[in-house]
Amino acid sequence: MNVHDHSLDPKPVVELLGIEKSFPGVRALHNAHFDLRRGEVHALMGENGAGKSTLMKVLTGVYQPDAGEIRVDDAVVAMHSPQLAQGMGISIIHQELFLMNHLTAAQNIFIGREPRRGMGLFVDEAKMKADAAAIFRRMKVDIDPAGEVGEMTVARQQLVEIAKALSYEARVLVMDEPTSALNGTEVEHLFEIIRDLKAQGVGIVYITHKMDEVKRIADRITVMRDGEFIETLPAAETPMSTVISLMVGRELTDHTRASGAGAGEEVLRVSGLNRGSIIRDVSFALRKGEILGFAGLMGAGRTEVARAVFGADPVDAGEIRVHGKPCRIASPRDAVARGIAYLSEDRKHFGLVTGMSVRDNITMASWTRFTQNRIWMKDGALAEVAKEYVARLKVKTPTIAQETRLLSGGNQQKVVIAKWLLRDCDILIFDEPTRGIDVGAKSEIYEMLKELARQGKAIIVISSELEEILRLSQRILVMCEGRITGEIDGATATQESIMTLATQRDSEAA
Amino acid sequence: MTETTLAPAAPEKTGFLTVATLQKAVAFVVLILLLGFFSLFAPNFAQWSNMVNIMQATAVNGVLGVAVTFVIISAGIDLSVGTMMTLTAVIAGLILTNAGLPLPFGVVGAMLFGGFMGAISGACIAKLKIPPFIATLGMMQIARGLALVFSGAKPIYFNDTPSYYYISSGSVITRLIPGLEVPNGVLVMFGVAIAAAVILNRSILGRYIFALGSNEEAARLSGVNVDMWKIVTYGLSGLICGVGGLLISSRLNSAQPALGLGYELDAIAAAVIGGTSLSGGRGTILGTIIGAFIMSVLTNGLRVMGVQEEWKIVITGIIIIAAVYVDTVLRKKA
Repeated sequence: MNVHDHSLDPKPVVELLGIEKSFPGVRALHNAHFDLRRGEVHALMGENGAGKSTLMKVLTGVYQPDAGEIRVDDAVVAMHSPQLAQGMGISIIHQELFLMNHLTAAQNIFIGREPRRGMGLFVDEAKMKADAAAIFRRMKVDIDPAGEVGEMTVARQQLVEIAKALSYEARVLVMDEPTSALNGTEVEHLFEIIRDLKAQGVGIVYITHKMDEVKRIADRITVMRDGEFIETLPAAETPMSTVISLMVGRELTDHTRASGAGAGEEVLRVSGLNRGSIIRDVSFALRKGEILGFAGLMGAGRTEVARAVFGADPVDAGEIRVHGKPCRIASPRDAVARGIAYLSEDRKHFGLVTGMSVRDNITMASWTRFTQNRIWMKDGALAEVAKEYVARLKVKTPTIAQETRLLSGGNQQKVVIAKWLLRDCDILIFDEPTRGIDVGAKSEIYEMLKELARQGKAIIVISSELEEILRLSQRILVMCEGRITGEIDGATATQESIMTLATQRDSEAA
Repeated sequence: MTETTLAPAAPEKTGFLTVATLQKAVAFVVLILLLGFFSLFAPNFAQWSNMVNIMQATAVNGVLGVAVTFVIISAGIDLSVGTMMTLTAVIAGLILTNAGLPLPFGVVGAMLFGGFMGAISGACIAKLKIPPFIATLGMMQIARGLALVFSGAKPIYFNDTPSYYYISSGSVITRLIPGLEVPNGVLVMFGVAIAAAVILNRSILGRYIFALGSNEEAARLSGVNVDMWKIVTYGLSGLICGVGGLLISSRLNSAQPALGLGYELDAIAAAVIGGTSLSGGRGTILGTIIGAFIMSVLTNGLRVMGVQEEWKIVITGIIIIAAVYVDTVLRKKA
């Protein structure tokens, strides 16, 4: 395959023109434009709710637009269904993977269109495996076509999804936040594959929030805001601050680093925490009024430590002292009773009861406090206190009766924070506090965390975004393979010093 | 990001236009249509004596439906409500007839025993981590077996306690409004339903039941004592089954130990027709009561019209599927 020079090949493979799409009560897309050329990576950026996913669902036939044109190879098409889009070589890889865990890689790739033999009565497993192997070779990846998908890492499952898209002779590949669950090495590998696909002439739409990735991989950037097309820019010449200000519609002030001042007495001390090979001899202390960062690569054991301290998972050994007193924490209930709260990265599964109202979610951990004779709920008092916290944390919701699933990521996070503040928790463990939260709301969450620390809460922040760790933490603990490999002062830490510790494996440490 | 819901602008549904209300309205309209249809086409259907029959039949299924509604909203299932009803009826028989104790002992004893057995199901589910389907399938057989063992596999008659009959079959209303006969069993059912609705909507238990059914893990991580509330939920279900046991044995004036299998499916059907979601997190007591009425009106009407017993069962099945389909359609539109 020859590498295409984009300046010579400006004709788009697909083009979306003046797309309009409304849902009952909401205008999701208004005059949205987008085009993709052969062999380019086109980043689609915007805050949550900007309409990126909706636009891509229009392109891939999931939604029908109310108005506007979809052009493929310069011909107007009516994209009736995802199957039609796939037939035209347009595939999407969703953020959540849609694979059947108990089937093999090859079976997943050819599901619904298996090669047959014996008068079409039997599946030709041999051919299927060979075809899958051929695609994996083209991608230069080493995956066993006969391996069960459920036993692969998320990164490998994603590669199977990409292989599936390629098996449809994909010319256009939409990737929705493909690196959100990958570690550093896996991201590098994915980028290599993307570059290869580019060279083979595949056009890639790359949806992401991560600026550094865009800088590295994208040729052009299209910014959307509030369902509208804002601008398409060449990636190489555009400073990221410009992209961010286009996304949020305003200039962002530069980050300020956290200062070490104000930390008070010790509120939490963990010593000799062990759990198999996942947590190995972890000890640390947390002081009142400080933000302690936990840095490390995916799988370093940070979440596991947090869950162990919170009593959500059992441990083999270890002592936990809260306010100097040793205590047994065998369940989240024990932890909450001692004022420890854990705010999971996966808010939809572990943080919120999404089908219940803002009021119920804010008050859930404190319901027992709002009862008469310990049986009957005092709904008036619940509503009052929920309103108070909605106002205090500036949660954007029409009313406190709104179901939390209808809130944006940032507002959902605020509801979870409100829940723990109301419960009087003074040790707050945040696991990826801004995952899935858009740029504008991120700084609001950061300010909120700093303010909470100023008010005397003790805060642990686990984050895979180095920038976030650096911006928030007064002290940083770095983990690798279940051990704490070092502590760095927040004021002097650099991305490099963290990464060195985060990759310090056993052999090197010895 | 995959923001399928365009968050802040999403309109809020208020007042009586919520899906739950709409669904109850649909169920209610179906009930009225059925009543109208049978009144026109089934001779003698509209006679009051037949209405009394329908109410009698609804009372038991309605009460068991309420029992199972609690459990289903918590994202569980209770297959033992039918045989638990029988077992508690036998317990009432042992207390009143064999031991010769006065009526209140029988009533309270049957209910407490039901609650105790239900709590055992709950403990198996919460502590031993046995899936609700399996735990209550086991309890269904345990209750059936115990009913036969305790009674010596023979009916226990309540001849020594003449007032027992009035729990289900007398009519207090007739004394107040002469000429209007409404069986006491229906009053008991409405009493249970009102108490259940208040518990579900106003008590902390109700709030936890909805939270468990919507997202158990999030509730656990909020520090909720998930295990205890599950045990309480199943215990409450068993307690209400005790009321069901009193109603059926009062109506038959005897505890019939062989009875009970199949009642759990009618109870679950009543809940489902009334809009309770088998995946948990939503449902109403009023819906379940309407569901129970739809089932007994249908069964009775078809019988009065002379439709073969076998076909009645087929039609009931179709109604259950249709009800869930309507639910799905309503939810998609919302």
